[in-house]
Amino acid sequence: MSNDGYWFQAPPVSTRIPLPPAEPVVELVDITIDGRTVQAPKTSTILDVTRSLGIDTPTLCFLENLTPVNVCRICVVELTGARTLVPACSRKIEAGMVIQTDSPRVRLARKMVLEFLGSSVDLSTAPQAQSYIERYDAKPDRYGPRKESARTHDHAEAVDGTKARTTQVPVKIDNDLYVRDYSKCILCYKCVEACGTDAQNTFAIAVAGRGFQSHISTEADVPLPDSACVYCGNCIGVCPTGALMFKSEFDMRAAGTWDESKQTQTDTICSFCGVGCTLTLHVQDNSIVKVTSPLDVEVTHGHLCIKGRFGYQYVQNRDE
Amino acid sequence: MDLHIHGDTASPQEREAVDGLLGPAPSAWMGGLRNLNEEGRIALVGGQESRTQRHRLIEAFHAVQGRIGWVSEGALNYICQRLSVPPAEAYGVATFYHLFSLSPRPSTVVHVCDDIACRIKGGENLCQDLEKTLGPSGSGSWQRSPCLGLCERAPAALTLQAATTPRGITLAPTSGEEITQGLKQNAWPVDEPFQNLSRSIPPSGSRELRLLKRIGKIDPESIEAYILSGGYARLKQALALGSEGVIREVLDSKLMGRGGAAFPTGRKWEAVAKAPAKPHYLVCNADESEPGTFKDRLLMEGDPFAVLEGMTIAGLATGCEKGFLYLRGEYPLAGKRLALALDLARFAGFLGENILESGLNFDIEIRRGAGAYICGEETALFNSIEGKRGEPRNKPPFPVQEGVFGKPTVINNVETLVNIPLILKEGGKAYAQLGTESSTGPKLFCLSGHVARPGVYETTFGPTLRQMIEIAGGVPEGRKIQAILLGGAAGVFVGPDQLDIPLTFEGTRAANATLGSGVIIIFDDRVDMTDILTRIAEFFRAESCGQCVPCRVGTVRQEELFHRLRSQQPLVSREEELNLLKEIGQVMRDASICGLGQTASSAVESALKNLKGLFAERGQP
Repeated sequence: MSNDGYWFQAPPVSTRIPLPPAEPVVELVDITIDGRTVQAPKTSTILDVTRSLGIDTPTLCFLENLTPVNVCRICVVELTGARTLVPACSRKIEAGMVIQTDSPRVRLARKMVLEFLGSSVDLSTAPQAQSYIERYDAKPDRYGPRKESARTHDHAEAVDGTKARTTQVPVKIDNDLYVRDYSKCILCYKCVEACGTDAQNTFAIAVAGRGFQSHISTEADVPLPDSACVYCGNCIGVCPTGALMFKSEFDMRAAGTWDESKQTQTDTICSFCGVGCTLTLHVQDNSIVKVTSPLDVEVTHGHLCIKGRFGYQYVQNRDE
Repeated sequence: MDLHIHGDTASPQEREAVDGLLGPAPSAWMGGLRNLNEEGRIALVGGQESRTQRHRLIEAFHAVQGRIGWVSEGALNYICQRLSVPPAEAYGVATFYHLFSLSPRPSTVVHVCDDIACRIKGGENLCQDLEKTLGPSGSGSWQRSPCLGLCERAPAALTLQAATTPRGITLAPTSGEEITQGLKQNAWPVDEPFQNLSRSIPPSGSRELRLLKRIGKIDPESIEAYILSGGYARLKQALALGSEGVIREVLDSKLMGRGGAAFPTGRKWEAVAKAPAKPHYLVCNADESEPGTFKDRLLMEGDPFAVLEGMTIAGLATGCEKGFLYLRGEYPLAGKRLALALDLARFAGFLGENILESGLNFDIEIRRGAGAYICGEETALFNSIEGKRGEPRNKPPFPVQEGVFGKPTVINNVETLVNIPLILKEGGKAYAQLGTESSTGPKLFCLSGHVARPGVYETTFGPTLRQMIEIAGGVPEGRKIQAILLGGAAGVFVGPDQLDIPLTFEGTRAANATLGSGVIIIFDDRVDMTDILTRIAEFFRAESCGQCVPCRVGTVRQEELFHRLRSQQPLVSREEELNLLKEIGQVMRDASICGLGQTASSAVESALKNLKGLFAERGQP
């Protein structure tokens, strides 16, 4: 067999050293935040800039791996010349903006948002929100004792004002993997985004109802096993209040054995397929109690599938 | 996307209702019949085809609601298959709109207004009577409703009847007996008062009328009558002037939007006309739901062609080929007349392709709202046109940059658009001479409540509040004015000592009031104003979309607070309650996403400031 007429010829070896692609040119603009004038790329949000300056702007509905929905309004800042406060998480910077992140108006708005949430939602498993409540000296109790609320569809709901209406509803336990306690839901839309176009594209849940009756729901509120849910658990991964919780965590909390101070976190790579998602194993008493994924890993941006998230039992089947 | 459809399937009637809107289902992938010979080929195009129809979701719900009276699980599933929408998302959309019922309901339901303008004319008593005879609101054949836009004929009700041809019957003024008898015998009075719209326009026939001149005078269902009275001459003129010429006239006229925000119309048009992104869209905001407002309803019922002519001129001037008229779901007569007018105008060559041989195309589609005040907010309205929940978007980007379907959009109120032919007729500069320096042209005011001749009044800007009330015949004999609400629930209360406010944009602004959409509701000294304020607080709680925390919870806390003030059961003290109210108002104004939350406390707070002796502690004046 000769090489003549062989169909394959190797390309000539290049002598040019390949260069990395040119950095995109990003226009820098000047803005003033709390009296400091800084330069930042034009594409940044106000939150990007405040974070780069080390200013701790509180957020609840914002997460790096999701599209900002700016609904919780706790990140609002005062922009000179604007009639209202503006949400830092989604507002893009413009040249010459003058911003205050801790003015009396800002502090009042943040305090009131926290009081509104604290008086209507169970924040007992939301340490972040609780720390904000302390920081802004919010007093959720000043709206009266809490009332159990029934959802109605009619505007003429009987109200006497002596009790503060809440979003309280029974806990939903309809599958073995996770528990939904919507009494703890602050309606940040994160789970809907993670279930939809921001991560999973499954669309098993959406916001239903209107106003104070708005809630996260499957179609006609059917149990998860009847819905389109694929149990990826990405909704739990993004939930800021513990309204969505791993069944393992829920059961341990109920039994009083959940203790985060005793837990270790170990990063590893998922062994189920070739994608290579990073898993963070949360281990207590030498048992995996939940699995998360870091937001800043390029492969997953914090999102996993059912196997990576829940398929860890085999690790612990030691007896056989 | 993998649609996961679970549970019931649609009944033949439900399928028929949806197919009546969308046409028969082309393939099994879209809920149709299996056709093994063709399926492989059709499946390739079916998904794309149905996804491009996604924005017709609300229309599809209307089709089922109008035919059956409620939307079952099976119907929802079928709609989802037809439009390729995940059921959870469709359920979220349907439950947002109060005119859609997702639980079984009789085919005839009477919506009875208990809002402020009807309330002081017996609306609340009427509802309490019905509670005794028919059971609680929402339990069957009747339910309480926010303002139905029939304030000049209070107390009002609207009967919605599901059938092959759904009917909407307006009852105004009505009585408990008329409603119970109507339900019992399924017999409803003919809309006699609405045959003669001049009764809602006391100055009807006056030579000074510009905007209202045709209403009640010509047949709103005849395009010949419209043309004979000078109609469509301005469209021809606009085509001769060209886009820049028309926009110049509108800029010269200094026309300010009449929907409530008072933004210069010409500047909006200019921005869209110059926007590089294509296509451009025109939207007519006919979702008139501000309590006490009914002017747009009369314009659409009485002069539908003028609305269409205004829209066509606006659309052509701003480079749009498509316009949407977003009509309030509670306006069946306006919907009927506009639909007929659209057909007639299209047939006569005033709409559609190559309008009047100009080579330009423009057409209009009517989209109906379904019981949501928030959809009057422009960005919420865009979402509703796109078949989504009516949740407002954050601004910027503004509609002129990214509006409906993310494209540059001109959005104008009905009254604003009806001013357009008038501007071309008079000339922009001459129009600007009408009224005052900063408030030019004629303006419609909606007078209701305790006034001798409630109705829509037209005047060039200038008269004071006192003069307007006198034009409408003043308060009834022997009564005194206690309070006046300017601008609706999102407006401001003024007291009897503030009657000399000039009714202009600048005059009301100087008095810390607002013109809003032109609402003037007069309350005489018999009215319990604390009841009215509590109802306004309830209105905002019920109409908040629920998206942002300040409005979703703030409106609830504000309502609770008013109940405590009324029953004189403060949590700590009255002073503490008033202080809390201020803080609730502040955060809603500062941190809410849209105008609803930002104005949810304005009327109630102004009442506490401008009216004396409200919620006084026992034993005090």
